[in-house]
Amino acid sequence: MSDVAAETLAIIAKHTKDKKVELTDKLADLGVESLDVIEMVMELEEKFDIHIPFNANDTEMKDFQTAGDIVTAIEKLVAAKT
Amino acid sequence: MNAVNRVAITGAGIVSPIGHTTTDYCTALKKGQTGIGPITIPYAEELYQKVAAEVRDFDPAQHFDTRQLAMMDRVSHFAVVAAREAIAQAGIDFANGLSERTATIIGTGVGGQTTHDDQFRRLYKQGMPRTHPLTIPRLMVNAPASQISMDRGLRGPAFAVASACASATHAMGVAFHMVRSGAVACAVTGGTEACISVGTIKAWEAMRVMAPDTPRPFSKDRKGMVIGEGAAVIVLEPLEAAQARGATILAEIVGFGMSADAKDITSPDHNGMVRAIEGALTDAKLGAGDIQYINAHGTGTTANDVAETKAIRQVFREHADKLAVSSTKSMVGHALGASGALEFVAALMAVRDQIVPPTIGYLGPDPACDLDYVPNEARKMPVDVALSNSFAFGGLNAVLAVKRFG
Repeated sequence: MSDVAAETLAIIAKHTKDKKVELTDKLADLGVESLDVIEMVMELEEKFDIHIPFNANDTEMKDFQTAGDIVTAIEKLVAAKT
Repeated sequence: MNAVNRVAITGAGIVSPIGHTTTDYCTALKKGQTGIGPITIPYAEELYQKVAAEVRDFDPAQHFDTRQLAMMDRVSHFAVVAAREAIAQAGIDFANGLSERTATIIGTGVGGQTTHDDQFRRLYKQGMPRTHPLTIPRLMVNAPASQISMDRGLRGPAFAVASACASATHAMGVAFHMVRSGAVACAVTGGTEACISVGTIKAWEAMRVMAPDTPRPFSKDRKGMVIGEGAAVIVLEPLEAAQARGATILAEIVGFGMSADAKDITSPDHNGMVRAIEGALTDAKLGAGDIQYINAHGTGTTANDVAETKAIRQVFREHADKLAVSSTKSMVGHALGASGALEFVAALMAVRDQIVPPTIGYLGPDPACDLDYVPNEARKMPVDVALSNSFAFGGLNAVLAVKRFG
């Protein structure tokens, strides 16, 4: 697992009330609520100095369903910086 | 003080993204014009959000002298200009003691945001050691109410009402009850907001609820709200007094309901909405079947539009399918604390002109939003009573009922 993936999972885990996070876990199943998601998005943006084009109203936003989806998205955005 | 007056609306004033007078605003509503466009404020390049419903081509120097300009934030400019129009239309003379018995009650969600932003940018970004000496009188949330009272010489009860996106509706509702009870003889009331500043839009960006293009309330594929700004002010007086002085009666306010969800700071609860709508009907002594049109809160967010639809279905049952329900936020954006007043004037137009404004940008039905949202084109139809819904962050709900006169 890359450093980016490990750090992303650590940030997600902060919002899961200490549940262990697997890449296949869905955020909804981890008990992550909508306000947790936007806080998490901000933490990820600050951690990696990126902008995540996340819209809570976009029902087509399938990129943010599972922890693995988020890791993939963050890895892409971090890679795009360099 | 035991009087129970019927309450007439005798004047309305508007500063909006689709018109700087009530006439222009109503004409644009009927045409389904959008006020949403590129954000043009200074430092807009710092924003990811590229669109808002700005009040464009508004030059405060045309309305105020140098002294007044220095004292006022944009949020007060809008309020005072709208109040002047409303009072001029009402043709009311505040002499002979009426001034002391006239209330000025103005809703605003966040106050002088341009002042906040400009002055705090000086401190934190530009490293300057001080703010402008008039920072406080410009940004305080009661400034619009104070400026209207000073500008028009209104010496009765005057205060601001803040309940986020329901501020104006709460303000007008309180004013309505004060005129109905006889606590005051006249009220100048409404809402104002000028919240398109870099800091405020950044804060909305962080909530991830803004549409990148346009709000599409109740529509499939809607992607959230778009911030707006502006002001709307109305003049209320006892119907008998208005008739006695030969005023033109635009419509009557007949009911006001309010409630708190007591649940979540951002997620709406349809049960709270239901209680506010039912409260307005009870206050108006009307049944669900008496309503023809609802100007919805209709922000264009997934959560609001589903909850509001559910609430309307719960209150109106089989009559819900006969209602026209539209969101004028599709045209003027979400002007936060002013939105209730801008939307109330749209409802007032519906009962006065018998034309219901549309929900523009509507792409097609969402299965969870299954009412008649008057998609994309205004509709000529009989409207005897209309409701104007406002459901704020913080779970604060307010609903007004406006009735056709004559």
